[in-house]
Amino acid sequence: MSRAALLVLADGRFPAGGHAHSGGAEPAVAEGRVHDADSLADFCRGRLHTAGLTAAALAAAAAHGLDPLALDAAADARTPSPALRATARRLGRQMMRAARATWPSPELDALAAARPRGAHQPVVLGLTARSAGLGPEDAAHCAAYETVSGPATAVVRLLSLDPYHATAVLARLAPETDRVAQAAAEAARRGIDALPAASAPLLDITAEAHAAWPVRLFAS
Amino acid sequence: MHLGHTHDGPAAVSADATRPDGTRRALRIGLGGPVGSGKTATVAALCRELRDRLSIAVVTNDIYTREDADFLLNNAVLPPERIQAVETGACPHTAIRDDISANLEAVEDLEDAVGPLDLILVESGGDNLTATFSKGLVDAQIFVIDVAGGDDIPRKGGPGVTTADLLVVNKTDLAPYVGSDLERMALDAEKQRGGLPVAFTSLTSAEGVGPVADWVRARLAAWTA
Ligand SMILES: Nc1nc2c(ncn2[C@@H]2O[C@H](COP(=O)(O)OP(=O)(O)OP(=O)(O)O)[C@@H](O)[C@H]2O)c(=O)[nH]1
Ligand SMILES: [Mg+2]
Repeated sequence: MSRAALLVLADGRFPAGGHAHSGGAEPAVAEGRVHDADSLADFCRGRLHTAGLTAAALAAAAAHGLDPLALDAAADARTPSPALRATARRLGRQMMRAARATWPSPELDALAAARPRGAHQPVVLGLTARSAGLGPEDAAHCAAYETVSGPATAVVRLLSLDPYHATAVLARLAPETDRVAQAAAEAARRGIDALPAASAPLLDITAEAHAAWPVRLFAS
Repeated sequence: MHLGHTHDGPAAVSADATRPDGTRRALRIGLGGPVGSGKTATVAALCRELRDRLSIAVVTNDIYTREDADFLLNNAVLPPERIQAVETGACPHTAIRDDISANLEAVEDLEDAVGPLDLILVESGGDNLTATFSKGLVDAQIFVIDVAGGDDIPRKGGPGVTTADLLVVNKTDLAPYVGSDLERMALDAEKQRGGLPVAFTSLTSAEGVGPVADWVRARLAAWTA
């Protein structure tokens, strides 16, 4: 594996649309649940062990070479909120565009042809990692890290939170992020039926409400 | 650029001049500039002026609302299926320059849904003087400033003012009231832009957009030639 390729894929500037999404942080800020660095850390930890674990396992499984269409269906089954399913597919389509420009491969082309409106983002991310010559652990790390870095970046914009504090939150979460990615990659090795299905009901509920806000800064 | 492009693939990955089925795609023109300078008014006036002869669609990039898209809808400038709003996560310049994926999808979806199109106008939400469009997203860009924002803006320059394919100085009708010196603005713009065109407009009358419409027609003629 190429460690530098992993950095390219995990870079927040990788042009795959993530910058317009808050990972549920916008409604959490509006309702006062996230208001400073400590509450941001709590929010990220909750997301990491639920949506993060599930996304990381899907990504690892795709990187491992499991059938991406079966994984796409598995992702649907693990995403009860229609708004979040739509978001995951939109981001998957954007990730696919970036992936085919950066690490083109027949497997990416096949998934793009089968799901022209987008497959679930973690599945596309995992397949992108595979096309880049990366392994399941790498894909799981990218997905897990993304579930916390997205909200942290958004909260800097939403609360004008000190960016050093927000980045320190991510640094403190690094050991936990490693453990979640490891667990996800191990589950992926045991096959599609062993993939975790953790979810955060409050994230699902607030995502539905947020999708109907007339005025918002982030798309999700 | 044809990196990763397959003929049976569902979408191009970049700014290919042809669509996956081999037909030529629409000319894409970006409109950027500071908040309130008249970007949406220019888009609306261009649509009214050109829509009888050209098939047009519009993509808006609002900062936190659908205000621009709604204005175009409420004024029935184009049918609703020809207007699409992109959400930018509070950063229009990111969505039009650094990560153009959502905008590329919007233009491709519009071509699929209501195409064939001749022209797609992509409006950026009001942003700062350094905001420019990626060449991967648009073929040409218009930077719209206005006389009320201060007549020293052309002198200050910045990527929008100096490099845009067309600089529009709008709201000339207000110049006497805000004490802006149009001649000085024209001289400064000429110095900054090394021969690139500048149009002075007032959109208070229907024919005010004329110079911009002429420029768009010339770009279209070059695109389809
Ligand atoms: N007097 C005068 N007013 C104008 C002219 N063009 C636009 N306006 C007005 O200026 C205001 C802002 O115009 P918009 O077209 O919404 O400006 P914009 O650049 O799209 O603004 P944002 O999208 O918010 O950045 C509106 O009230 C317009 O009616 C003009 O030529 N003269
Ligand atoms: Mg506008």
